[in-house]
Amino acid sequence: MMSAVPQVATVAPPVLDVERIRRDFPILERMVREHRLVYLDNAATTQKPRQVLDALARYYDNTNANIHRGVYTLSEEATAAYDAARVKVQRFLNARSSREVIFTRNSTESINLVAHSFGRRHVGPGDEIVITHMEHHSNIVPWQLLCEQVGAQLRVAPIDDSGTLQLDELERLLGPRTKLVSVVHLSNSLGTINPVREIIAMAKRRDVPVLIDGSQAVYHMPVDVQALDCDFYAFTGHKLYGPTGIGVLWGREEWLERMPPYQGGGDMIRSVTFEKTTYADLPHKFEAGTPHIAGVIGLGAAIDYLQGVGFDAIAPHEADLLAYGTAALAEVKGLRLIGTAAHKASILAFVMKGAHPHDVGTIVDTEGVAVRTGHHCTQPIMDRFGVPATARASVAMYNTRKEIDALVRALERVREMFPV
Amino acid sequence: MSDLRDLYQEVILDHNRHPHNFGELDGADRHADGHNPLCGDRLAVYVNLDGETITDISFFGSGCAISKASASLMTDAVKGRTLGEARRLFQQFLALVTDDDALVDDALMGKLAVLGGVRDYPTRVKCASLAWHTLRAAVEDRHEVVSTE
Repeated sequence: MMSAVPQVATVAPPVLDVERIRRDFPILERMVREHRLVYLDNAATTQKPRQVLDALARYYDNTNANIHRGVYTLSEEATAAYDAARVKVQRFLNARSSREVIFTRNSTESINLVAHSFGRRHVGPGDEIVITHMEHHSNIVPWQLLCEQVGAQLRVAPIDDSGTLQLDELERLLGPRTKLVSVVHLSNSLGTINPVREIIAMAKRRDVPVLIDGSQAVYHMPVDVQALDCDFYAFTGHKLYGPTGIGVLWGREEWLERMPPYQGGGDMIRSVTFEKTTYADLPHKFEAGTPHIAGVIGLGAAIDYLQGVGFDAIAPHEADLLAYGTAALAEVKGLRLIGTAAHKASILAFVMKGAHPHDVGTIVDTEGVAVRTGHHCTQPIMDRFGVPATARASVAMYNTRKEIDALVRALERVREMFPV
Repeated sequence: MSDLRDLYQEVILDHNRHPHNFGELDGADRHADGHNPLCGDRLAVYVNLDGETITDISFFGSGCAISKASASLMTDAVKGRTLGEARRLFQQFLALVTDDDALVDDALMGKLAVLGGVRDYPTRVKCASLAWHTLRAAVEDRHEVVSTE
């Protein structure tokens, strides 16, 4: 007889093999000022794995041709690779259709596209756009430009001293004149993860569409635009281990269909006469001119790479680094973390008593440690915390606890030079 | 490789901790504001003139060690000099912090020479030169904020 003992599946949490991952990133072998590079500026841009670099080289070595309307082999292959990458993005975001995936240059252009095409059509005098105090300049300035042009108002939801969004205050800003809510998913200078589901639900109850700036989120956590139920989602390829110069705007098809084109030119038309031009279907209506074909293919390779590693392995590793780094930095004399929200990822921003962030950045660089210093394109956050600038370390999947130790050692050198 | 101490020399750290001629100059003849948006440095330069001679000068603001020390050293260097001499010092100073092969007059530069280490850190040249650009705007009586960007 068969034993009645049930088979219990013991699912061990996946462990990230960081050493194997690191071997995929050639630049991590580099020496900087006689030290092995410790790259902790991932929030600015991530390094690229061999798989992405190879995809770019393969395209230029073997396939390079302009896409669409070519009847020869190379053009057909390039078109197929380009279109396949769009489907990868669609699956990456769990979008309903690849028609909803628009390729842009970066998140900034994605947001500007919405500000122009959605904004000019749906926002008028006296209307309001709601953002938060922790937005990147790319999610502030396009709306200011729009508001100036159409006579609308920008409303800003506040944050508290930990860098957490004050959700009830945001809800209070939603009114009959609100035409759009545009919110960052993960703050680049605080690390705060915003409760975007709640924000979207709040806005939906009032029929207000929502744009999520996912530049920092997409390489730390899975994103499902259908589950989120947002209307637009913007991100950039170069923070996702992909090339620079390629970004994505995902938009709900119903909105994209109603929005006028962003730029005019080749590829975005169905027919052109001097009297009348009709526009191409989605997504081409929003992609005028020869696109960044290599960039799109590289982005596809980056998504393949990221999904091959898997967020279920990446997220716990990065959470460990954040917790370890938070504890380690607390031991540095006179160091104050900027951004201590309960729900955060990747970012360790700080100021040091008696040492300007710029001096901190230069000194740690002499130890091979790359951190960013300055206002991180978020000047309102600097004003909110009363600092001219911060130093910011940000971790990605290939970083290690040893690298956090190297940062802390380098900060001890800062302390020696600028004692408190 | 240059050593960190070539950049952060003791004189620079001293001037950062205890800047000279630091504070606003009440009723100054000339004044200008400087801003380095890259790192958030902001400083104002105040000047009193007697004809072509800088009789008094001060600066006030916040910034990194390099920009603060450079401003402090600058005020020491140009006080009592003519505008023509200050201009020549500025030219020499720019050559010192940007050009490896610059022929710099050591006697003229005096203590300013300690900022020569900035040459190996191109991103920091703006920090070192902010005070000088702001001084120039002040003596030229320009009122817009000087920006290094």
